Amino acid sequence: MSTLLNKFTREPELEPERYEFREAPIHHFALDRRDFFKFFGAGIMVFAAAKDALALQESGGGRQNHSEELPKEITAWLHIGEDGSVTAFTGKVEIGQNIRTSLAQSVADELRVPFETVRMVMGDTQLTPFDMGTFGSRTTPTMAPQLRRVASAARDLLLQTAAKEWNTAPEKLLAVNAKITDPASGRATTYADVARGKTLAQRIPDEDPMTPASEWTIAGKSLPKVDGRAFVTGRHQYTSDLRPAGLMYGKVLRAPSFGATMTSCDISAAQKFPAAVIVHDGDFVGAAASSENEADEAIAAIRAEWKETSQPSSSELFSYLKQNVASDEPSDLTQSGSIPDGLAAATHRLEATYTVAYIAHAPLEPRAAVAEWKDGKLTVRTGTQRPFATRDALAEAFHLAKENVRVIVPDTGSAYGGKHTPDAALEAARLARATGKPVKIVWTREEEFTWSYFRPAGVIEIKSGVAADGKLTAWEFHNYNSGAAGIGTPYTVPNQHIEFHPVRSPLRQGSYRGLAATANHFARESHMDDLAHAAAMDPLDFRLKNISDPRLRDVFQAAAESFGWPAKKTKPGQGFGIGGGIEKSGYVATCTEISTDDARGAIRVVRVVTAFDCGAIVNPDGLRNQIMGANIMGLGGALFEAMAFNGGRITNARFARYRVPRFRDVPDMEIVLMDRKDIPSAGAGETPLVGLAPAIGNAIFDATGVRRTTLPLAPRA
Amino acid sequence: MAPPLELVVNDQKYPVHSDPDTRLLTVLRDELGLTGTKYGCGEGQCGACTVLIGGSPRRSCQVLLGEVVQPVTTIEGLEKDGHLHPVQQAFLDLDAFQCAYCTSGMIISSVALLTQKPDPSSTDIVQFMQGNICRCGTYPRIVDAIQRAAKSMEKQPR
Repeated sequence: MSTLLNKFTREPELEPERYEFREAPIHHFALDRRDFFKFFGAGIMVFAAAKDALALQESGGGRQNHSEELPKEITAWLHIGEDGSVTAFTGKVEIGQNIRTSLAQSVADELRVPFETVRMVMGDTQLTPFDMGTFGSRTTPTMAPQLRRVASAARDLLLQTAAKEWNTAPEKLLAVNAKITDPASGRATTYADVARGKTLAQRIPDEDPMTPASEWTIAGKSLPKVDGRAFVTGRHQYTSDLRPAGLMYGKVLRAPSFGATMTSCDISAAQKFPAAVIVHDGDFVGAAASSENEADEAIAAIRAEWKETSQPSSSELFSYLKQNVASDEPSDLTQSGSIPDGLAAATHRLEATYTVAYIAHAPLEPRAAVAEWKDGKLTVRTGTQRPFATRDALAEAFHLAKENVRVIVPDTGSAYGGKHTPDAALEAARLARATGKPVKIVWTREEEFTWSYFRPAGVIEIKSGVAADGKLTAWEFHNYNSGAAGIGTPYTVPNQHIEFHPVRSPLRQGSYRGLAATANHFARESHMDDLAHAAAMDPLDFRLKNISDPRLRDVFQAAAESFGWPAKKTKPGQGFGIGGGIEKSGYVATCTEISTDDARGAIRVVRVVTAFDCGAIVNPDGLRNQIMGANIMGLGGALFEAMAFNGGRITNARFARYRVPRFRDVPDMEIVLMDRKDIPSAGAGETPLVGLAPAIGNAIFDATGVRRTTLPLAPRA
Repeated sequence: MAPPLELVVNDQKYPVHSDPDTRLLTVLRDELGLTGTKYGCGEGQCGACTVLIGGSPRRSCQVLLGEVVQPVTTIEGLEKDGHLHPVQQAFLDLDAFQCAYCTSGMIISSVALLTQKPDPSSTDIVQFMQGNICRCGTYPRIVDAIQRAAKSMEKQPR
């Protein structure tokens, strides 16, 4: 049991960003071709396969292949049934970012079928190809093109098959709206007729040019969310809503504080509850019962003693981070020129330190899992961003072959980077094994705020220099703990030293929407503002003077124009700020207007203009929803969100104490979309967030003359 | 064993066996299977569990079964004969949700608001809806959806 115990007690080491930029490794596909058609029915299937994922991205992978054996490495596939139904399979998951819709648009567009006929099967380890996880804004730039290549190859296969039957050349045929026509002879058929009675499988060819964005007909449009009606009627079943027959409700005994170890545990009183099953396995103690109340009562009856350890508190966080650099872990360093030379050449030199707090994802649906064992096989439904990693963790914890574990992800009540770990799945599976019945675990809000993980806190130190003409001469940037995402400056500086220093974090930390890009942009763009003032230049002009990337220049100018920058103050307490940058191949610039209320020191964000360029836009309405949401979520981290902790306990683990943005906090918002049909699409869930905090901080400076260097900027607001 | 309590939910009578001190949210979800009403915080702070009791919006995580005397309306009770409630239709038309976990509570609170104030200003909406959290940040569209629903209900009262 020691392996299991370790799995339960050891906190997975999360590398918040080093994994972000790797694409999915390749997967061993267990089914062969005959199995596949047995499973999905006859028709036509096309799969994307490659020697490695990078090659797939670069070239489109493999050669045409009609053998019985499927290749071992598959990243996406698609099936056209005998009734013409189209099913596309991906390991990505829907967590509110609208990819079930946007991916279906890409498939329908490329295959030339009506949008409504495409069904996406997502995040099911038995049915979908391996996927590393839904994070890092990777779905639109990598999964959408993979599915497009597959759809394009399927269309070619349909054309070839029809051409053969009609004894003509495929190039002479047209594929439109799920039909194939031969303009020369007037013959016509449907995809369904072509697929009927066939079991054709094909790899995507080396070269299969995808439809350019300028010719998209279904992608590029604001189609409504798939299954929208199920959401507004309450019919959609999130993991926490599932109620399989015989369901039991699980609860887990939690330690009183971080770092506490159990010294004794008496479960005898809990065992007196006849309806409850108690599991005591190493440090894991849990109960399952026929109702949540009974499970709670059983847990409450357990007498456990704990040895607690000394833990740092949030009041000493930043000195702690500086003192606990993990010297055994390599730092990330990029360097060019010489900082001393750059500083010597400067007319104005600045030095400043910025800090960011730990914050919580607080997804409205807490972590949840429903686990069921049958004939030695384990099925877990859970809201996770990493179904395959969750499957692997379950297989390891319970000594199962991976084929005997199936993880299914129902469309989930949001995640924001917070649902990478398999915790609830492991807990539910452990209890389900003991009860022999399905067990559901739904974390309480307090558990979610305490036992999940946090957006890393950090300390950032910057030393810089600017010449008399307003050109940057030196840029030295050290980030302690918060991470390396967005750490590089997009401005032209001849002398740079940029370094990320890993730290032994006092709290469990991990991925988060925008990751360290939020912290790094906050520090950099606040500092740029101070440099502009030191050089007696307008903050926008100063940035433009130091930008060489035309797309970054364009978003700054677009945001400024829409906002009316530079703006004239018309009332007391008013301030204007600007900030922006490049992250995950997206370009953002944000302008804000704030107002200060002198009496209480409260700060209100009045207006936000965001200009965003993510290449070709797949669904403008969905994109606007994401940008609006990123700004509103970002408002919380910018102004008031911060974990408070003391003695190994989170002291604000409730919505009553941890303030998140609400209706009243919402500013007027304007979104400027730069639709670049000539540039491949980038992801959009994260980057729109990163310009906001510095734009607010800079507006506060504009209003008050005081530079705030901490996130959150106004914790009491 | 005590005889079952009777609960009227969405115009239907249910015998209920849970203890009277069970939270209404738990009864709705776990005993009656009406899972459209969501758990979000258990402290009445997020609004995901909002239901109507006698037409008034209540946080069902803060109401005990034994306290309920008037009929309850949940998200499942708004659709009539295959027709969405105008508020549901407006949310759908404007894509006023992202992950949609808050949506049931948002819609129920909106219905309550429009009953009290058929033509709310955006300030009225913000004030009334302040207790409902959308962590995805869809608030502006929700305000628009409520105003759209108000217009359509004015034309066609339910």
